[in-house]
Amino acid sequence: MAAPRRPRLLPLPLLLLALSLSLSLAAASAFQSDELLLHDDDEFEGAGARPTPGPPTPAAAAVSSSRRRPGDSSAAAAAESSAVQFALEHDLGAGFVPAGSFSARLKSSAHGSQTLTKLRFTRNELTGDEKDAFKKLLDEDGFYSIRLQSNVLDPARKDYVVSSIKARCIPRESLDEHIVIHMDGVNILAVNYGSVGGCTYPRPVKMPSKWVFNSYTVLKTSEQAPRTPSFVDQLIEAENGLGEVVKPPEKSFWAKYWMYIIPLGLIVMNAVTAAANMPEEQAGGQGQPGAQRAPNAAPRRR
Amino acid sequence: MAPPRHLLLLLLLGFLAAASLAFTLTAAVYEDQVGLADWHQKYIGKVKQAVYHSQKSGRRRVVVLTEENVIASLDLRSGDIFWRHVIEKNDPVDELSLSLGKYVVTLSSGGSILRAWNLPDGQMIWETNLQVSKSSKPLLHVLSNNKVAKDNLVFVLAGRWIYAVSSIDGVISWGKEFSLDGLDLKQIIKSPENDIVYAVGLAGSSKLNLYQLNAKTGETVKHIQESFPIALCGETILGSHNVLVALDETRSDLFLIELKGESISYNKVHISDLVQDLSGTVKLLPLMSNGVIALQASSTVSLLKLKGIDGLEVIQSFEQPAAVSDALTITEKDEAFAVVQHTGSEIEFVVKFTSDVTGEVIREKINIDQHRGNIQKVFLNNYIRTDKSHGFRALVVMEDHSLLLVQQGEVVWSREDGLASIVDVTTSELPIEKDGVSVANVEHNLFEWLKGHMLKLKGTLMLANADELAAIQAMRLKSSEKNKMTRDHNGFRKLLIVLTKAGKVIALHTGDGRIIWSNLLQSLRSSKSGEMPSALRICQWQVPHHRVMHENPSILIIGRSGADSAAPGVLSVLDSYSGEELNSLKLDHSVVQIIPLTVKDSSEHRLQLIVDSHSRAHLYPRSPDAMNVFLHEMPNTYLYTVDIETNVIRGHSLQKSCDNSADEYCFSTKELWSIVFPSDTERIAISETRKMNEVVHAQAKIIADQDVMYKYLSKNLVFVATVSPKASGEIGSAAPEEAWLVAYLIDAVTGRILHRVTHHGAQGPVHAVVSENWVVYHYFNLRAHRFEMAVIEIYDQSRADNKDVMKLILGKHNLSAPITSYSRPEVMVKSQSYFFTFSVKAIAATQTAKGITSKQLLIGTIGDQVLALDKRFVDPRRSVNPTQQEKEEGIIPLTDALPIIPTTHFTIFLSQSYLTHSLQVEALRGIVSIPSKLESTTLVFTYGVDLFYTQLAPSRTYDSLTDEFSYALLLITIAALVAAIVVTWIWSEKKELRDKWR
Repeated sequence: MAAPRRPRLLPLPLLLLALSLSLSLAAASAFQSDELLLHDDDEFEGAGARPTPGPPTPAAAAVSSSRRRPGDSSAAAAAESSAVQFALEHDLGAGFVPAGSFSARLKSSAHGSQTLTKLRFTRNELTGDEKDAFKKLLDEDGFYSIRLQSNVLDPARKDYVVSSIKARCIPRESLDEHIVIHMDGVNILAVNYGSVGGCTYPRPVKMPSKWVFNSYTVLKTSEQAPRTPSFVDQLIEAENGLGEVVKPPEKSFWAKYWMYIIPLGLIVMNAVTAAANMPEEQAGGQGQPGAQRAPNAAPRRR
Repeated sequence: MAPPRHLLLLLLLGFLAAASLAFTLTAAVYEDQVGLADWHQKYIGKVKQAVYHSQKSGRRRVVVLTEENVIASLDLRSGDIFWRHVIEKNDPVDELSLSLGKYVVTLSSGGSILRAWNLPDGQMIWETNLQVSKSSKPLLHVLSNNKVAKDNLVFVLAGRWIYAVSSIDGVISWGKEFSLDGLDLKQIIKSPENDIVYAVGLAGSSKLNLYQLNAKTGETVKHIQESFPIALCGETILGSHNVLVALDETRSDLFLIELKGESISYNKVHISDLVQDLSGTVKLLPLMSNGVIALQASSTVSLLKLKGIDGLEVIQSFEQPAAVSDALTITEKDEAFAVVQHTGSEIEFVVKFTSDVTGEVIREKINIDQHRGNIQKVFLNNYIRTDKSHGFRALVVMEDHSLLLVQQGEVVWSREDGLASIVDVTTSELPIEKDGVSVANVEHNLFEWLKGHMLKLKGTLMLANADELAAIQAMRLKSSEKNKMTRDHNGFRKLLIVLTKAGKVIALHTGDGRIIWSNLLQSLRSSKSGEMPSALRICQWQVPHHRVMHENPSILIIGRSGADSAAPGVLSVLDSYSGEELNSLKLDHSVVQIIPLTVKDSSEHRLQLIVDSHSRAHLYPRSPDAMNVFLHEMPNTYLYTVDIETNVIRGHSLQKSCDNSADEYCFSTKELWSIVFPSDTERIAISETRKMNEVVHAQAKIIADQDVMYKYLSKNLVFVATVSPKASGEIGSAAPEEAWLVAYLIDAVTGRILHRVTHHGAQGPVHAVVSENWVVYHYFNLRAHRFEMAVIEIYDQSRADNKDVMKLILGKHNLSAPITSYSRPEVMVKSQSYFFTFSVKAIAATQTAKGITSKQLLIGTIGDQVLALDKRFVDPRRSVNPTQQEKEEGIIPLTDALPIIPTTHFTIFLSQSYLTHSLQVEALRGIVSIPSKLESTTLVFTYGVDLFYTQLAPSRTYDSLTDEFSYALLLITIAALVAAIVVTWIWSEKKELRDKWR
């Protein structure tokens, strides 16, 4: 329960991370939130809806009764915000049929742009036929597809965004699904439908124990690219002496000049030995100073 | 004491020598090394207009205008280029003419830009902008330099406008817009007697207007209009000085229109009365005066003689393919023209005089390489023979876009100008060297060998003089090692197989760029019905490996039998070594997308999937064997299409067999996902993927603080960039507030948007390259008024728990865990953008055999050069003050702009250089990087109007000695050292003995 509330103070990526973590935890059932969230600035919102037959939430009813006509919504767009509903359709192998509905609030900002907030999703219950169709999909390793209308305000334009997944990826305990809706204003750019866990090939057939959908939805809008850094300001600062350039630590004399010192040393050594040998050769076989004789004494003795 | 000292000195010397050797290894490319590993070829494209110079100074030259928008002056003796200008594609040159005997005058951009170039050196003399109603076919008319005023006037006709411009300085003498609606001026005729010019124009399609204008002032002297009962198609030519021949709209009748001073009279002639078999489009060929015109039907070219306006008479008909040249003035009243036609494998070159069309001045048979196809155009030129008689030569343009000069029954020179319009490139390995052919016999004898090495040694020790240097250079170039027709150990010698727009496949040797074989594909040649097939792609068909080693590799060429994308496709299989066509196939479906699959069948054929316009996929090769292999792969095969018109990207899976077709190699597709970009805010600008054959060595990146980041290495990663509709025009057409660019990273299997980022105030043109786990893209920033280069690197977070570096080193990590697109990826994205000085024509990344060598970006700059920029410059992890560890890792301190240093020397130390040295690859279109067997080196082929090839070592040649390595010097050093050791040993022995005796 705390998960959606606390991260609101955190930056967006962290929030996303926290959300996805909280979603992927097995404690998903704890996240059965029907809480009314009153924050208008929500970028997105996760909502797990469980259309279990018992609860009083009129999930199925909402679809049929309170579904707004598009004309209404555009007429109401003048107001601060208005409710919008749009359907999720799925394909179990025999064409697309309605499978649930999204409700959201349409918010108009001061400069005319509109955004959707507070997305909420309700899944229709699977009928017997649909269960059979789903089982068939599982058997033949088929694709389960969903689609949404790309423009929620103007359903007359029959542009749909489609997303599919191998049906075998969905079943876990129940049918776990994860829907990411990419928005651009009021346009749905793309919907990404996926399972909650991993789904590597080969995919074994696994029947869910409960034939109910466990849905998580996320609304995503585009990130802003950071501006290209410009160092003009810093250059000016540096000129004013504000941005002091950190000087590299002073190296020791040896560290700086070793490459000169060693060859120099070698040459000097060489010269010294040469100079030392010169008098020796000049002296020839005559008597020599003792200091020079000492090392040469050994071979001569033989 | 003495011996060790000498030894020490010698050792020191040895070290010095070794150090100098090492230094030569690290140096950059020096001036005298240019041309050793690289080559540059200049082309001009298919010639569409040629003008000869008639006066003495320019006799040896011809000025040509080509379809690649090139104006060039060629040497008539050798075909070499004297000078050349590649004009921008958005300024198409329509007309070319000579004026005053020293200027080349060109008319471009639909008649709005008139330029004069100096004939000897190609310098631009003047440029005049004319305000015209854009016309599809503007006309340029240069008055012959006599009679009329002293400032030789150039007339420009475009739509309703007529201009007279002085050819000396480009000043507009007068300009006039006729007020008649829909007027399109067609002809201008200069009256021989006085200063009157006649302008003929069509208004609507059936009203002929004749204006008499004063050539000096532009005053309208008279205006006559005549209506025709039938609409004209607009194609008119001047039959003689006062008879106009026009074709009607149905192209079945000719109107002969006589323009008298006072009135217009006309006569209609049915073409079917003159020429039988009128299938296809009838065209009037631009010819000549003296009352001879040429009419081209699909199967014949007919020469017709005008008899006043009473009728026409057929003089001669030639079987197609044939070409007729323009008339060439020989004497005051006589003109010559040439007809060229095919007779068997030869072509026949006939020159006639218009005064006596039945006679022939010259009839020559010329043998021409049959891989040049049919003759398309001929431009006649005359010269004075040694015996003072008239000689004729002609430039001939062939179907493969090559240009030949024929004279005295021979081809004097030829230019393979089809290479100026390359469509696609692939490479092929050369044959393996056979046993018994020794490398040693290249070195002829010991003396030569020694001399060569002495020269080289001199060169290395910088003792050589200029002549010797030249000799060394020539020797290097001649050394046949790099030009051999066999595979080499390093994989530098390959065949570059290119497909040109004309449908010709040409194999070039990487050693020196010579043509090994060429083949003009029959299936891609224009048919008699006038359909122009288009060449699409070239890919590997069979790359023999261990099992079928004895077979030659082969390549697949895919084309369309028409210009329309719904036209059925054609396939052709060629032998890579000989260019022979092994197989050719006409498809019964169209070709929209070609997907080379990674799998091969048992005979090592690469499987190809071709998607048609009904989004059905067809498998090739059509063999049960390939089918078996493919059926196994099919459940995991996905494809995606980018529809730029509807702004949608769709992903598909394949389903068994097509719905209503018995073809078992046909598969229907099922739409799996779609991304619909709202067309009022975004338009797709570019989509880019990783190269299929790219090899990545390291899956993980160890960053400074011993942390491991795993690269997100999916072959299915697609980069898509969209721009706002207002920003899709030219730079400056949109305000920064209306312009944005959105970059997407999409998984092509599931359609999942992995990353999406908006750049506000940015607009196209966008260029991008995807490699490993990164994308680099280039665009214009309207707010900063500069180009920018942005980088996105994508890392896999789901494997982040595998973080132990020790485990990674010891191989105990789990990098081989299966990865699926269906699990929800946890990715981390790092990005950064930098200012970049240039606009960019093409961008690519280097590829090496194992992917170990660091990457460089190959950027085709606006100056038609290729800049190699180290990828480290566009690293998102650059920071202002990198820590010591980060510096050790090679992170460059953050700067706001990417530095471009415009020199070639020393820059290699900064990991950045111009590959093309000081050369330019005119009209650069593509850069291809081909890995060689040597990991450090990649082969780079750049094409545009020109071709350029070079070898590039992004991290220098750390795994081999360069060609420059002087083995002789090394041997001499060793020998000297050994000798010195022996000598000193003897010395020391002697000295010791002396000492003992003492």
